[in-house]
Amino acid sequence: MGDPLFAEGVDLTVVLIVIGKVVVAFALLMVSVLFMIWFERKLIGDMQNRIGPNRAGPWGILQTLADGIKLFFKEDLIPDRADRVVFKLAPYLSLVPAFLTFTIVPIGGVFEGDRPGTVTIFGRETFLQVADPPIGILVLLAMSSVAVYGVMLAGWSSGSKYPLLGSVRASAQMVSYEAALSLAVASVVLMAGSLSTNTIVAMQGTAPWEWNLFVVVVVPFVVFLLAGTAELNRPPFDLVEAEQELVGGFHTEYSSIRFALFFLAEFMNTVTMAAIVVTLFLGGPRGPILFGPEWLWPPVWFLLKLFVFLFLFVWLRATLPRFRYDQLMDLGWKLLIPLSLGWLMVLAAIRVAQVQDWNVFAVLAVAVAGLLAAAGLLLAAVRTGQAVHRSGEILGEVTERQVEA
Amino acid sequence: METTVFLVSAVIVLAGALGVILARNPVHSALMLVMTLFGVAVLFVAQEAHFLAAVQVIVYAGAIVVLFLFVIMLLGVDRAEDLEREPLGGQRPAAAVVAVIGLGFIVVLGVRAAQVSLGARSVHGELDGPGSNIEKLAEALFTDYVFAFEATSVLLVIAVIGAVLLARKPRDPRPARHFKGEPAERGEDR
Repeated sequence: MGDPLFAEGVDLTVVLIVIGKVVVAFALLMVSVLFMIWFERKLIGDMQNRIGPNRAGPWGILQTLADGIKLFFKEDLIPDRADRVVFKLAPYLSLVPAFLTFTIVPIGGVFEGDRPGTVTIFGRETFLQVADPPIGILVLLAMSSVAVYGVMLAGWSSGSKYPLLGSVRASAQMVSYEAALSLAVASVVLMAGSLSTNTIVAMQGTAPWEWNLFVVVVVPFVVFLLAGTAELNRPPFDLVEAEQELVGGFHTEYSSIRFALFFLAEFMNTVTMAAIVVTLFLGGPRGPILFGPEWLWPPVWFLLKLFVFLFLFVWLRATLPRFRYDQLMDLGWKLLIPLSLGWLMVLAAIRVAQVQDWNVFAVLAVAVAGLLAAAGLLLAAVRTGQAVHRSGEILGEVTERQVEA
Repeated sequence: METTVFLVSAVIVLAGALGVILARNPVHSALMLVMTLFGVAVLFVAQEAHFLAAVQVIVYAGAIVVLFLFVIMLLGVDRAEDLEREPLGGQRPAAAVVAVIGLGFIVVLGVRAAQVSLGARSVHGELDGPGSNIEKLAEALFTDYVFAFEATSVLLVIAVIGAVLLARKPRDPRPARHFKGEPAERGEDR
């Protein structure tokens, strides 16, 4: 389908609308980052019985702005052993993917009616999202794999060992959880029958029980949320910045505006990930139109749903202790990936049963039986692996002792 | 428009390719490779092969080069090489000969391509008609080419299992026993 804006060729109005959309999306993301940092600090303060920022502006709401200005004017240090070009490049490699992912999120648009997801600006019909590429949600996966570079190169180019350790941890974590993330996305794509974010939203209904959250039966949503949190390196998966072990993580050697760029990227990613969750599983900007003009309500519903997830991310940070590294990898590889893979198979079986007109319940029973069998096999494999590992260790000790003797 | 896109991305691809072989630092080479891959992805988009472009970025830039970087960083070979020393005797003359042959081959192909069409037509005709690029691709993969597709995935599974087997370093001198699923004799206390 694609954006109806480009259906009748490209003229000056179209170019101006596109530029306007880019500027608005960027401004929206920046403002939400400003808000998010203040909100996180204030909320964590409340949860920890502190006051939180309260000096700059009413309720300290301008604190982020003050911090940003301060960081701008600080000295920009480059370590002696740093690889200068890569060191300067890395923050941008973090920042750009964070913004690009946001461009595929539909933040509004009237989905009722025969042309779903459109609004009319200057007499032109268009989607309320910067771009609706045919590969749609794959942009998320492509960008999250590019974002690994920012973190990895920042740690390496610092020429110091703690940042390097932090970045190796970060990239291993991000690459591992990307698999679970993509499998959860695949479940949604399977049920929606399209990669385009706009179509995915259009396929979901206005009412909550018509959202993908229930269409894919909750499990991919949970997997996506967990994998997304790990992908963002946010608590409880923030081993990347475990300050007790790593000084400060991959950005230890950064200062001034480059440090600010990393933080900007991190919070942009948080907002974007929440927006993607809303788009994929919670119907995006869909919701009842209560009164007044119909284009007004979708962005309001979108922001409300977005806010729920932003609150959730802060809540997780305030309440959960950090995972240990082996726990993190166990969760990713032994639970999330097999679970989302198995769930994808079950959903695919149901889908085929619907298309071929088979008995859905029989197919479901077979699929669930297969899922359980696979789970049992996996569990047995993990058990055996651990047992072999343990006995191997004991044997190893014995041999070493024999050698010594 | 298409020419402009082609020229710009061709410059990016070539600059990246030159950078890969000219950079002294292996990490810089890997980054240049990423640049080349992105240039190729842009070319794919210009040909309306959106899915291929996405896969190019996800698989090659996102997974394979990240793996390269991992190896480079963890093995500590991320220092500039001394180009005066030649670790493998006679390698440079051999490389020059192979390069000249390869270049000649490409030139001949380029000249001949003007006269003879090289790309064979698909036996099933063009993948035309309604539906998006991705739908067509999926249909072809899961109907006409399903056995090739499945064979490839089996191959990948074999590769993964092989890699796991090779990567495990049993401290027991008799490694074969570990992989039968039963502990070695002395591991009875498990």
